[in-house]
Amino acid sequence: MLRSRIAPVLVLALVLSACAQQAQQPTSSPAASAAVGEKPAPGGTLTFIVNAEPPSYDGHRETTFALLHPIAPHYSLLYKFDPNDLTKVIPDVAAEMPTASADKLTITVKLRQDVKFSDGTLMTSEDVKATYDKIIFPDTAKGVTSPRAGAYAVVSAVNAPDKNTIEFKLKYPSASFQTNLASPWNFIYSAAKLKSDPRFYEKNIFGTGPFTYDGNTKGQDWKGKKNPDYFGKDKDGVKLPYLDAYKALIITDSNAGVTAIRSKQAMIEFRGFTPQQRDDLSRALPNDLAIQEAPWICVNYVVPNTTKKPFDDPRVRRALSLSVDRWAGGEALSKTTIVKDVGGLMRPKGPFAQSDAELVKIAGFAKDGKANKEAAKALLAAAGVPNLTFKFLNRNIATPYEPVAVYLINEWKQVGITATHDVKETSPYQADLRAGNFEVALDFNCDFLDEPDLQLAKFWSASKAGKGLNFAYYDDTKLDGMIDAQSRETDPGKRLTAVAAIEKYAMDEMAYQFPVLWWYRIIPYLNTVRGWKVGSNHYTNQDLATVWLAKK
Amino acid sequence: MRRYIVGRLLLMIPTLIGVAILTFVIMRAVPGDIVELRYAGSNVPQSVIDQERALLGLDKPLWEQFVDWMTALARFDLGQSLWTGHSVIEEVQVRMPLSIELAILATLFAVVLAIPFGVIAAVKQDTWIDYVIRVFSIGGLAMPSFWIGIMMVLITLTLWGWAPPVVFTPLFDDPIANLAGLILPAIAVGYRYSAVSMRMTRSTVLEVLREDYVRTARAKGLRETLVVVRHALRNALLPVVTVVSLEFAFLIGGLVVTEQVFNLNGIGKLLVDAVTHRDYTLVQALVLLLAAVFVIVNFVVDMVYVVLDPRIRYS
Repeated sequence: MLRSRIAPVLVLALVLSACAQQAQQPTSSPAASAAVGEKPAPGGTLTFIVNAEPPSYDGHRETTFALLHPIAPHYSLLYKFDPNDLTKVIPDVAAEMPTASADKLTITVKLRQDVKFSDGTLMTSEDVKATYDKIIFPDTAKGVTSPRAGAYAVVSAVNAPDKNTIEFKLKYPSASFQTNLASPWNFIYSAAKLKSDPRFYEKNIFGTGPFTYDGNTKGQDWKGKKNPDYFGKDKDGVKLPYLDAYKALIITDSNAGVTAIRSKQAMIEFRGFTPQQRDDLSRALPNDLAIQEAPWICVNYVVPNTTKKPFDDPRVRRALSLSVDRWAGGEALSKTTIVKDVGGLMRPKGPFAQSDAELVKIAGFAKDGKANKEAAKALLAAAGVPNLTFKFLNRNIATPYEPVAVYLINEWKQVGITATHDVKETSPYQADLRAGNFEVALDFNCDFLDEPDLQLAKFWSASKAGKGLNFAYYDDTKLDGMIDAQSRETDPGKRLTAVAAIEKYAMDEMAYQFPVLWWYRIIPYLNTVRGWKVGSNHYTNQDLATVWLAKK
Repeated sequence: MRRYIVGRLLLMIPTLIGVAILTFVIMRAVPGDIVELRYAGSNVPQSVIDQERALLGLDKPLWEQFVDWMTALARFDLGQSLWTGHSVIEEVQVRMPLSIELAILATLFAVVLAIPFGVIAAVKQDTWIDYVIRVFSIGGLAMPSFWIGIMMVLITLTLWGWAPPVVFTPLFDDPIANLAGLILPAIAVGYRYSAVSMRMTRSTVLEVLREDYVRTARAKGLRETLVVVRHALRNALLPVVTVVSLEFAFLIGGLVVTEQVFNLNGIGKLLVDAVTHRDYTLVQALVLLLAAVFVIVNFVVDMVYVVLDPRIRYS
């Protein structure tokens, strides 16, 4: 009799509990990760989620955050982003900030003399040279590949004049080179290991970072323990890292990730959750959760294939951009998915972003959505395609690709455009992009740094520097010249003007490819985690040296 | 009998070769490759894509890739995962204990539920007990196991703030942690799986109960329990054993969504990840492995028939 009553009571309890949860408002905790005056407490194990498995272990070869989050704590970089101010670059194994020669063609870096690999051997300039040689001049004959070699095309040679100095010889002065030395992928490797096997790091870990490798179970977890020989100290002279250990849990399903945090089996996931997941966690853990949020250097682009008619006509491309009310879209979509801010080619509110007053002058960015749509209709009619139809290629990723695409299709419908959503798995989607086998696609770009050289990489001519990057497939020597000029411009003010001119030309006049909405990063985590700040990307600030756990 | 067994074992070879050829062809017919996925969304130039393809041997003609793979297979070399670069054996070794243990636990749970309830439903045919058991089993068929899993996690989380461990602990390291991780998925999967076997048990027992020899047994004055258990159930078990065994083989690699819900690092999830990554060598090896499991389980079932029914003889 008693048993027969348990089930209905249980169901009723769940329903009531769900109703009560619906009635509550989401609670957002302050963004600060440590209270003022709080002293870091040493010890403890940080448990965090990584929602994919790293392919190889070689940071120079891979491009996924799934490698950085579990593996970055084993390595140091030449420079890194300051964990207390993520817009500032500070030395890591470098002893000081780099110096440039008078002609700006030689960049010299002095190295620390107390950096040791995990077997106790001292790191020297030979190791840094071997590292950068591998990244910039990969020995392809020995099977070494480097997806970021192009980002350092300005470098003609890397020299090690003495054991504590490294020199980069540049072909021409570069505005972005010094900041690019803080790339989170450029793990410092051992010259000896690379000499014995240039692909050693694909399957092995051997670095100078705050944590040493403590094992992993494939597809399940990755463990690191405190490196007692780590060189880093905090501002009070206390040796880093604070944590005794960390454990990265590989949880590929985002709902399982929410469950892991809710059941306190994991403390944080560094990439981000959706607004609903944040709200679910807030309701479930009102006293144990902190939330940090930040604009993200990630954006979806609408890419018309300019080799296909009628997308070779700038009027049609402009109409596509004009019909999208980004301001209303940002407001609506930010409630359900991870997009929010309206911006041009540079991250909104970032150091290279135009003000809203300037941005609204670009086609498709004015705040009067209705007027924009009327202008779009007129352009389509003038181009002879008032009832344009096309297939809209997209990636089968629920957040944010699918909602963004659905929003676009609905916006286009209002000006008479019929776009069919052509959703594909990542691999065939990417193959179609690369083969030009599409009419209009939703592409995306994510970077570790607000830097025009990175964010404009997709805008170079498709047959030249943009080969394999520019999926709009246009060639434009004028635009190439503008991108090249801003890259060489070392005066910050003049560079800003040059970047604004590129935005006007590429997004408005030619409307080659254009951003929809910039992503927004939401990190709900257990509030025992301190010393970590959310940044505008999910690649940097992952060495965990300054992270600590508050005792509750 | 010996000749039969040897013949069956030898027949496995062409079956597995057929599976190997089919998998190779199907995987190559699917658009996209691992390099596209590896660098998806990154600003990686075409030259790097081409170098990576060459590194993985994907630039070779298809026939050459096939010959390379078959030659390695003849040496029992399943190759390396294109995604991680680690050997396929290593990748499988990590996941196999979990998948086997989960399959065993789910099967045990299913059998413990299915056989007694199936027999009771048959014996009490068309009574309220039969109806309750039938509703229970139809419920199991109607609800996907992953949904049952999600509900169970939600209930335990909401009521007790507890969820199964997200990290698998091997049985011999910590049996309690091991069981804590597998009990809910085993129940979720086992319930659905029990429903199939329960209905099969019920219908076969019903059929057997109408046989002459059962009537004879009853006429001899045997107790009903003895009639049902010794005479009816044993003879009704053949189709049930077939269903249970094939389900067991399926469970080794087929629990993809359940593994996802409970974050279990099993063979099913590995296979789906491998397909998503277009990790040809891993997919080929896993499909071959799972086919081998099916073939072996089928063979074992045929052998079990002999034990269960002395009338069956293979020659």
